[in-house]
Amino acid sequence: MKQADFVSLVMPFKDKVFRLAKRLLVSKEEAEDATQEILLKLWGNKEKIGEYKNVEAFSMTMTKNFCLDRLKSKQAQNLKIVHSNYTDKGSSLQKQVEAKDSINWVSRIMEELPEQQKIIVQLRDIEQYDFAEISKMLDMNETAIRVALSRARKTIRERLTNTHSYGIK
Amino acid sequence: MVLNNIDKLIEKYNNAETSLKEEAQLRAYFNSDDVAPHLEHYKPLFQYFSQAQKEQYTKDVPLKPKNRTVFYQWISVAAIAILMLGIFIPNWFGGPKTLADYSQEEQEMYLEAKEALAMLSENFNQGTSSLNALNLASENFNVGLKKASHITELNETTNKLLKN
Repeated sequence: MKQADFVSLVMPFKDKVFRLAKRLLVSKEEAEDATQEILLKLWGNKEKIGEYKNVEAFSMTMTKNFCLDRLKSKQAQNLKIVHSNYTDKGSSLQKQVEAKDSINWVSRIMEELPEQQKIIVQLRDIEQYDFAEISKMLDMNETAIRVALSRARKTIRERLTNTHSYGIK
Repeated sequence: MVLNNIDKLIEKYNNAETSLKEEAQLRAYFNSDDVAPHLEHYKPLFQYFSQAQKEQYTKDVPLKPKNRTVFYQWISVAAIAILMLGIFIPNWFGGPKTLADYSQEEQEMYLEAKEALAMLSENFNQGTSSLNALNLASENFNVGLKKASHITELNETTNKLLKN
């Protein structure tokens, strides 16, 4: 497999890998490092890549495991991954600011979800995978995924309703 | 009618029973401008989903062919193997041999060569002994020099006498 083939194989899902990594690790830099790591691992195993049935699903599983390991090792060292991407690009209109702000609430609410639910919401609501694919990636059965997803969505709704009507964060 | 539908979809959505198509429908509804007031708080959620979908990984990944470094590592291993072979092979094949290990012919040749070399060295020694004559001559020179020093002494004394 040549470099061009590899790039065209990886191109469609490298952003998805990055977004999943960012969902879990929060920090943009950490997520970039993780993505690079995953892509290099794939590149290192490029001879075997043809044997995988679904490279994309395989990569997503790898990403999930890699990020969870990373979080675990950070916790063991009693360190937290620090992220500096609080600021968003300036917009002049008041309404835009408000909209942005409530959108940021969503991302903050999602940060508070348990890891499992974070991953599922990311894969389902943002990347729009169907349940069969998610169950392959996470090695869970579909019912368990539906339960976790429903729980996550209800948590988000509850927090969002609170923030919306009372301004509680 | 549409609103009723959306309400139902939201209910299903929260129970994680919607299909991807229905979720796309919801996303389209909440990204539009007219959202029913009692559903307003869902708006940021779906907007966030659409927005998060657009984030991209922009960094370049250095994809270098890995094989080269592996190749160089093996070269060092090969070098060591060759070195070891160079040290051990002579010990395996030829231990120290005595004259008796060679064939008759070889022994004869060896002795002949030895004789020839002995003759050569004898002649050399003769040559050096003839050089001894030169040694003698130089000794005589030294004696002559000693005698000449007497003359310089005489010179000095005559100089003193002349000054006076």
